[in-house]
Amino acid sequence: MKLSLKEKSVLPGFGLSLGYTVLALSLIVLIPLSALVLRSSELGLAGFIDTLRHPRVLASFQITFLSAFKAALINVVLGVTVAWFLVRGRFPLKRLADALVDLPFALPTAVSGIALTTLFAPNGMLGSALGKLGIKVAFTPTGIMVAMIFIGLPFVIRSVQPALADLNKELEEASRSLGASRFQTLLRVVLPLLSPAILSGFTLAFSRALGEYGSVVFIAGNMPMKTEIASLLIITKLEQFDYAGAAAVAVALLSLSLLAILLINLLQARTTRYLGN
Amino acid sequence: MSITIQKISKTFGSFQALNDVTLEVPSGGLTALLGPSGSGKTTLLRIVAGLEAADEGTGGQILFDGVPVTDDPVNRRQVGFVFQHYALFRHMTVFENIAFGLNVKPRGERLSRDEIKGRVFELLKLIQLEQLAQRYPSQLSGGQRQRVALARALAIQPKVLLLDEPFGALDAQVRSELRRWLRHLHDTIHVTSIFVTHDQEEALEVADSIVVMNKGGIEQVGAPNEVFQNPATEFVMKFLGDVNVFHGRIHNDTPIFTGELKDENGVRLLVRPHDLTVQLYPGAGISLPAQVYRVLTAGPLVKIELLNSQNNLVQVHIPHAEYQSMPVKPDQRVYLVPKESRLYGNDNARIEYVI
Repeated sequence: MKLSLKEKSVLPGFGLSLGYTVLALSLIVLIPLSALVLRSSELGLAGFIDTLRHPRVLASFQITFLSAFKAALINVVLGVTVAWFLVRGRFPLKRLADALVDLPFALPTAVSGIALTTLFAPNGMLGSALGKLGIKVAFTPTGIMVAMIFIGLPFVIRSVQPALADLNKELEEASRSLGASRFQTLLRVVLPLLSPAILSGFTLAFSRALGEYGSVVFIAGNMPMKTEIASLLIITKLEQFDYAGAAAVAVALLSLSLLAILLINLLQARTTRYLGN
Repeated sequence: MSITIQKISKTFGSFQALNDVTLEVPSGGLTALLGPSGSGKTTLLRIVAGLEAADEGTGGQILFDGVPVTDDPVNRRQVGFVFQHYALFRHMTVFENIAFGLNVKPRGERLSRDEIKGRVFELLKLIQLEQLAQRYPSQLSGGQRQRVALARALAIQPKVLLLDEPFGALDAQVRSELRRWLRHLHDTIHVTSIFVTHDQEEALEVADSIVVMNKGGIEQVGAPNEVFQNPATEFVMKFLGDVNVFHGRIHNDTPIFTGELKDENGVRLLVRPHDLTVQLYPGAGISLPAQVYRVLTAGPLVKIELLNSQNNLVQVHIPHAEYQSMPVKPDQRVYLVPKESRLYGNDNARIEYVI
């Protein structure tokens, strides 16, 4: 097989850039991941499966994936709404609001974790109010979700924003002139056209939430079987010098994430069938 | 369904897009809104559709068959709107695009699945694209997309059909084909239609009636022949085809085109290139001295370029036979005699005169 670009390009140095791409991917992604797989293989297949079948490990996976999935779903609703206002709305300090969106990116995750915990703890500002309604957030699975929503929101907003800005207003006008109500236009025209962007925002938010550690551990309470996430379990195993066990959990987490992301990408390809490729 | 436009004004910020426009569009006709960009024609069309709201407080009204629709939102006006860039839903097939307006109807009014299918295929037949029902818009050519957009607009059985520069984005050949097709389609379905164009040829060829617009106002309304033969204003005359302009003034009730030019009661004589004849000697009426600059014999007509006494370029188009009977050469001094011409004063209005 001869390696080349899809089409002739004006950019020179195909060989050089191919070499660089492979090198960078190897150094940053492949080598560390191979080391991970190698380390976990010390356990042997039986040991590997045993580690993963431990109830505590299984529970942490369930909590992590379920919370990440729910958080990403909620982020889609919140993110699309915020993106809509940022693109279509006209209000003072719009630029400031737009800049604030990126704040969770910049904030050290531990800081956001502590801030969220303070806010949602039973004696915190929001926590005490919610407590009166009988809703407990901090130190429950809900708390994990709240932290994951916080760190995932910018991904959805930033994915949807450009797609929304590109959305031709004439399409909405055409829909309206054909007799569709505002809600029908949103449901049948706007959202389907945004769906590729929404899906990629969902994927980003979901995968970020799967691997999140810093902001979650403070608010989660970390009770084994109840509010212990997979990445915390990895740290716990490391602290107990169970390096191979930690690697095994990490490999499983990675494989499952990869599978989930592949599935979403497949779905995304289906939603863009109409582009004709 | 007749359309009445009453005292419509529209401002965007400090720009006056429409200035107190009143217009009656008769039922069943195909009317062209013709004008240069910025003349307000698209804005007027969008106001008729309900996509844009006219300025309030001027008493402006839009009426369909005498019934005010000014306060009806676009989805309740039952207008078919065709956009310049088609605005097809790219995530839907051709079939789904055309069926859209039928599918979004409230449950009580909605046709059954089979009825919708029947209606869509009827329309596909009308636009001659039956075999492409399952394609996506990205797999169609520009002309096909515009026909699908038209079918989609017709599916809801609109009271009026509004087309915004429907052929503007197509290349010349497809455009003239589609023009003829639109005319034919209109002769079949007779829905009251207004289309916006900046192409005078398109308007003259397709429309029953032409509304010439300029700077947010209406310059003239009339049948194609009427506006072409009797342009009410200098703007209309200039916009509907090539013209030669001769500056002059009125002296003793007669226009003269030599001597002092910048006069208070200056006038301009407008003559189309094919309405001028070239003579070697001055005639009895208006004869304008000129010097031949260039002669182009390639093409269906001989094009003669001349410089008049004011050193402005003048174009004359004559048949080959006429040129052969008197072949002029560059630098030759000749006289131009208008067979047909119009005189306009400084107020843009036409002046009748007899020579």
